[in-house]
Amino acid sequence: MTTDAMQGARSASAARAPGGASAPATPVSEPLLQLRAINKSFGSVRALSDITLEVPAGQVTALVGDNGAGKSTLIKAIAGIAPPDHGEMYWKGKPVRIHTPRDASALGIATVFQDLALCDNLDIVQNLYLGREKLRVRTLDENTMELGAKQALADLSVVTVRSIRQLVASLSGGQRQAVAVAKAVMGHAELVIMDEPTAALGVTQTAQVLALIKRLAERGIAVLVISHNLRDVFEVADRIAVLYLGRLAGEGPISQFDTQNTVEMITTGTATPRSAADSAAPTPSDAKDH
Amino acid sequence: MSSTLRPGEPTLTTAAAASGGGASEVVEELTASDALVAETFSEYVGGWWKRVRAGQSGILPVLAGLVLLVIIFQVLNSNFLTAANLTNLMTQGAPYILLGMAEVFVLLLGEIDLSIGYVAGISATVTLELAAYPNPEPWWVAILAGLAAAAFLGLVQGTLITRLGLPSFVVTLGGLLGFEGLMLFLLENNSVASGGTVGITNNILTDIVNGNLDPTVGWITMIAVVAIAGLLFWRRDFLRRRAGLAAPPAVLTYLKIAAMAVAGVIVVWICNTNRGRISVLEGVPWVVPIALVILVGWSFLLGRTRYGRYIYAIGGNAEAARRAGISLGRIRTIAFILTSLTAGAAGIVYASQLGSISNGMDGGTLVLDAVAAAVIGGTSLFGGRGKMLHALVGGIIIAAIANGMGLLGLSAAAQYMITALVLVAAVTVDALSRKGATATR
Repeated sequence: MTTDAMQGARSASAARAPGGASAPATPVSEPLLQLRAINKSFGSVRALSDITLEVPAGQVTALVGDNGAGKSTLIKAIAGIAPPDHGEMYWKGKPVRIHTPRDASALGIATVFQDLALCDNLDIVQNLYLGREKLRVRTLDENTMELGAKQALADLSVVTVRSIRQLVASLSGGQRQAVAVAKAVMGHAELVIMDEPTAALGVTQTAQVLALIKRLAERGIAVLVISHNLRDVFEVADRIAVLYLGRLAGEGPISQFDTQNTVEMITTGTATPRSAADSAAPTPSDAKDH
Repeated sequence: MSSTLRPGEPTLTTAAAASGGGASEVVEELTASDALVAETFSEYVGGWWKRVRAGQSGILPVLAGLVLLVIIFQVLNSNFLTAANLTNLMTQGAPYILLGMAEVFVLLLGEIDLSIGYVAGISATVTLELAAYPNPEPWWVAILAGLAAAAFLGLVQGTLITRLGLPSFVVTLGGLLGFEGLMLFLLENNSVASGGTVGITNNILTDIVNGNLDPTVGWITMIAVVAIAGLLFWRRDFLRRRAGLAAPPAVLTYLKIAAMAVAGVIVVWICNTNRGRISVLEGVPWVVPIALVILVGWSFLLGRTRYGRYIYAIGGNAEAARRAGISLGRIRTIAFILTSLTAGAAGIVYASQLGSISNGMDGGTLVLDAVAAAVIGGTSLFGGRGKMLHALVGGIIIAAIANGMGLLGLSAAAQYMITALVLVAAVTVDALSRKGATATR
């Protein structure tokens, strides 16, 4: 079986309902975000060609691919940082244009970049409310913000920090990631995009962040995660999209993938040896069973 | 009197509340064990010491340095700790303190303003020329015009730096040269300035530094200020406890209020001691409450308003601030205006102290002293860390060195070198504490 079969399985599942296996709580008829034929070129280099992708609510979609495959370009297009040259985006079924980061956040798209964009010299509360401070008589309402920050971290329930008044500089990598995610979610985000959230993290901290990602999805938020680490991807993702040299090499529910064919797809752009794994892997039949 | 909420301030690093209904397990964990979670005094001291070692030392080590300096000078010359000299020290220090506070705004952004010495000079020149005979404007018109001139220079520089993306070092270096030229031009092309000097003819302008509050008024003002500040401290803790947030131990709040009261009593008592040789000379110099009002106002702006928060955010991580929707250009430009405005006030105080302003004014040295004052007090040159209070302490240290050396009859050569040593020591502490801060991550 080849990529075609996989694409077929994908379109079949898409036709049924994008919610898929693990999001029974979201009865929306269309996925939260739909990309159609997204193209982006830098000079003569085609960074993205005809990307068509669905990001359903309440699920974790992993975006994988080798360096230069176009993962970052794609999320920058969604986040409004570098809009695509052409192509269409649909948000809850309606066509939208995302030209600036403000457009994205107005829709409910929050991006957690690899550098996290936290101010080391501010404490957790100040970082969480940066740019949307609560005021009382034109002065900062620290108590309200501190209570709100406590609640936001408690909602994610995977963070252990000594004090929410400690400087972000003193936090561990996992804690910083958690603060960055809390900051993204506090803006009532419906789609959280995370760029390499587990890169440079230790084992415990990686586990914390993965739990955090799952928890976001449980709360009905769509999560789009870029990761190089396939073990993390298979632990947390509901769907996988593989990019290869700017085009979508394959996409579908996690059940259609295993480490071997994913690696093949990442490195060669096709999954020809998938037929070898075909007998062993339950993927295609599994997809039909649903 | 810094009742503001800022990072690194001991009162803030207390923990999330232990109370608070509906607290989930995580919230319990937030409150769990650590020196940062201080409800009792001894825990608090432990937590403070931990932060000192982590590079968030606060103002106390600098104050310790000042005390050491005072002891050395007093041992070497018993005239140092006399009422007359200490009052003198306060008025001498005022321009350094104000210029230091001016510099704090831009230092927090990770920028620098080298021009404020001559911005101060231009502000003073405009004020003094307008107030001079034969056609004197009222003192307040003259002062407002001087401050407006200074703010305008800040606007020009800030616009060049933010809109064109030029480095502040270069633009304000241009300001340092150009504004000296502008000041000379103003002093040469005005009939009230003779021989490149314009004197003060207005009593109010003279009195800014040389006038004194009535001793009784001094006491009453001090008591009122301490009472109001104490009440605000207490109210903040009260509101935090009521909201279910952890407040610092009550003992600490009372200690702070007591320390403030003691400091107030000492300052007023020193100033109210008769320091006249021939006639009676007593009372708090006007410049002391003036500087205090500016200090409190700017501290409030930095610590309690959105604008101040954004200055810290930009200094800490400009990219994060930009992504949070903060308009970097606007905040930065306003910071340069505030820097120049404060420098303008410093210039008027400086002129009042000298009784005149002349083309011999050394704005270059003044600006270096200002940067030194802010940095010695604990404000970082790398942006994001510092407060107005640092300029107060640093300015007093700079003035104390100059004053003490003068009393000892040391040469200018020795003064410069020792000021340099103190400055380098302060920057070293800053750099080491930064290392400590990152090492704890």
